[in-house]
Amino acid sequence: MHNLTIKQMSEKLHAGEITSVQLTQHYLDRISQYDAELNAFVTVTPELAISMAEAADKMLAAGNGELLTGIPIAHKDIFCTDGVKTSCSSKMLDNFIAPYDAYVVEKLKKVGMPILGKTNMDEFAMGSTSESSYYGPTKNPWDLNAVPGGSSGGAAAVISAGLAPMATGTDTGGSIRQPASFCGITGIKPTYGSVSRFGIVAYASSFDQAGPMTRSAEDAAWMLNAMAGFDERDSTSLERETPDFAAELNQPLKGLKIGVPAEYFGEGLDSGVEDVVRNAIAEVEKLGAETVEVHLPNKDLAVPSYYVLAPAEASSNLSRFDGVRFGHRCEAPKDLEDLYKRSRSEGFGAEVKRRIMVGAYALSAGFYDAYYLKAQKLRRMVRDDFTKAFESCDVIMGPVAPSPAFNIGEKSDDQVSMYLSDLYTIPVNLAGLPGLSVPAGFVNNRPVGLHIVGPYFSEAKLLNIGHQYQQVTDWHKQMPEQYQ
Amino acid sequence: MSWEVVIGLEIHAQLTTQSKIFSGSSIAYGASPNSQASAIDLGMPGMLPVLNAGVIDKSISLGLALNAEIGRKSVFDRKNYMYPDLPKGYQTTQLEFPIVGQGSLEIDVDGEKKVIGVTRAHLEEDAGKSNHGVVPGMSGIDLNRAGTPLLEIVSDPDMSSAKEAVAYAKKMHELVQYLGICDGNMQEGSFRVDSNVSIRKPGEPFGTRTELKNINSFRFIEKAIEFEIERQIEVIENGGEVVQETRLYDSENDTTRSMRSKEEANDYRYFPCPDLLPVIITEEDIQAVKATMPELPDTKRIRFVSEFGLSDYDAEVLTGSRDMAEFFEAVVKATDNKDAKLCANWMTSGFAAAINKDNLAVTDAPITAEMLAGMLNRIMDDTISGKIAKQVFEAMWNGEGTADEIIEAKGLKQITDTGAIEALVDEVLANNQSQVEAYKGGQEKMMGYFVGQIMKASGGQANPGQVNKMLKEKLS
Repeated sequence: MHNLTIKQMSEKLHAGEITSVQLTQHYLDRISQYDAELNAFVTVTPELAISMAEAADKMLAAGNGELLTGIPIAHKDIFCTDGVKTSCSSKMLDNFIAPYDAYVVEKLKKVGMPILGKTNMDEFAMGSTSESSYYGPTKNPWDLNAVPGGSSGGAAAVISAGLAPMATGTDTGGSIRQPASFCGITGIKPTYGSVSRFGIVAYASSFDQAGPMTRSAEDAAWMLNAMAGFDERDSTSLERETPDFAAELNQPLKGLKIGVPAEYFGEGLDSGVEDVVRNAIAEVEKLGAETVEVHLPNKDLAVPSYYVLAPAEASSNLSRFDGVRFGHRCEAPKDLEDLYKRSRSEGFGAEVKRRIMVGAYALSAGFYDAYYLKAQKLRRMVRDDFTKAFESCDVIMGPVAPSPAFNIGEKSDDQVSMYLSDLYTIPVNLAGLPGLSVPAGFVNNRPVGLHIVGPYFSEAKLLNIGHQYQQVTDWHKQMPEQYQ
Repeated sequence: MSWEVVIGLEIHAQLTTQSKIFSGSSIAYGASPNSQASAIDLGMPGMLPVLNAGVIDKSISLGLALNAEIGRKSVFDRKNYMYPDLPKGYQTTQLEFPIVGQGSLEIDVDGEKKVIGVTRAHLEEDAGKSNHGVVPGMSGIDLNRAGTPLLEIVSDPDMSSAKEAVAYAKKMHELVQYLGICDGNMQEGSFRVDSNVSIRKPGEPFGTRTELKNINSFRFIEKAIEFEIERQIEVIENGGEVVQETRLYDSENDTTRSMRSKEEANDYRYFPCPDLLPVIITEEDIQAVKATMPELPDTKRIRFVSEFGLSDYDAEVLTGSRDMAEFFEAVVKATDNKDAKLCANWMTSGFAAAINKDNLAVTDAPITAEMLAGMLNRIMDDTISGKIAKQVFEAMWNGEGTADEIIEAKGLKQITDTGAIEALVDEVLANNQSQVEAYKGGQEKMMGYFVGQIMKASGGQANPGQVNKMLKEKLS
């Protein structure tokens, strides 16, 4: 059952060939079987999943089912889920059960998608490997020695190993696309503001954006249709009619202009990855597209800008974790100062502390202009690069990450090297643009993704390209042998 | 060698919205602790602020009243500091792009007019309250107030005495209530005044300032500032230095004492709040607010003098609050504008005295403008005298009915029948022969005595004008 596309599953559910309870139980069984070694889930919710599946079966039987009704899902542990622990993979929130649902959770619940559990991630979404989780690292299903990427590493591993047909992710600085690339799945970060941030534990508010993580572009389109929409509870939510992201799936690609930025194929890019990406672009050209060279001259400013702005926002967003109202509270505080210091020292891991300190420093009196304001200027320059590039092309293609998944522990002592591995994804977050990663091949038996970036609101076009590419390739259908 | 005093005020006016500035929770005063604190107010993970649009129009109206620039692009910033009654670990406020820019307010101190600059007014959320001592050994946190919308109105350092500072604060207090943007209740903390006080020798740069916070009456603000000026002079003249700090006023001992020094102050690490978009205010938005703005106190005062011929003093008293002014105008209207001065006299004496005595707001008075006008109409048409009217007013105040009902029930109608008055005059003159002789002998003050006796005999109901006229005829 786990090899079916979403559309096939939906057809079987609506035809009564399978029930949601059967489908959900199938995935729960696979989770029991495989998650011990993958550590992709922080929490598995079998009872909730089955009771939701029963409700979904009733909806289907009554003819009230929608396309995704009855199809189970796994939520990244950053989405608040009423009555279920939402930890953000942090000791700080190890005891936190939200009394409300995130907008995305609420919406997908209404559609009737049973919740299998909450997936592992980098603590507070700060990381590119899922190693900073309080609950230990998630393993890459393609190679248990490799990281799955991050921060949505649990979600990517879950889809890759077939432990759920769909998963939610969030992408602040590549956190959907990079793990999608590392685990050989499809993930899209929509235009900033497309999906409400209400109920998503905030990391860096001006970057955070939720998106689907699935096996194919087509599946992602169906899921994005169900996730997106204006939400008055998020002031940065886009007030517009939500388009049908699947509407353009079957359009031919004839005449498509692909921008290939020279800067994305320079020094530091693994030659194997480069071959995979160039072959993928050539494949799309065969479908009638043409390539043009474009330039993103300020690419190298993106990572430094991001690592000032995101920590600055994070340092403020994470101030609420003070041991007073929720979350970790130290034993027997002597006084207020002691309560703050120990609760936070004990509750946060090293990477979170590092980013809080970097961010607080960048905002402090005397440094604000040199760091925060300058980083905002760089952010605009990076965005302007894209605007200019899109004058001569429809979409930009390149690598998602400079290498395939690296080994667990390989970069955990070298933060700068790890930060730099996000050099292709971060510019897209700075600009707020949509970006898609689709599986495009392997290097040393580890998956590699093709990165497709478009102008604002071009999600339907990106998914169209992804889908057309997946009609002529089968990278997205491949699964690690032991999980088939 | 004299000292020059420099005072600037920061006023926090709580805006009269139904709900909080970034959440739907009620801001009603006095609810049980934490009963008006939602997940947003508690700063729960994943919660986001949504601006209450009502605060924008209210701020614009103050800006217009102060002839200030309106911030066409108004930005919310985060002021980061940790305290248990600040749930998110930052206060959402405005730093660089406030909603109201430079403006001014004219004050009047003992007849001297002075224009005080208003630097800016910005929107922000209030913090909660820490209650020490409720729970033994711990502090109780009440987040009902957290997120209450405040407009912080910052003056230029333009005031040079406690009197001027209080005149400015009172004028602002009157203005925000006129505009209907703040209820002005100082006891409940809806209108809070912080004073920055420093002294210097004329021509020298500003001295170090101290801040006097949260004093909840104008009288105490005046006393606190006066004390603080004296204290600073003493410190400096004794060779010391004023320390920049916040000082609390102790009304029982009429002194100020140090609360916290600015050296311990936080670095607030302000930055634009990424959860809120800048508010863009168009010319149309401003015009829409302008169209619904009430007449402002100064304009009203000038109009009352020119339109109704009132004295400056009466106009001042009547425009002291918007409710009072509106009540007065309703009375004038219901008396067909026959004698606005008489209406003003009754408003400033009888009516004002009665509400003060019973400690009532104008809107809670037991009589309506129409009822008061009903009585004044009877004075104007000579049905009752001013003296009888006092009796009627009191009866109306006590709920005995309208003026006409009371006059009828108590038989208070003025005697205007010439025959009846003549009979009274004749009777009094006949009974006071010696006084009549005295009058005729040149003691003209006896006239007052006769009038008094006649009025007494009539039970106050004789028309005094007619009595006077007839007496003069009889005695000539």
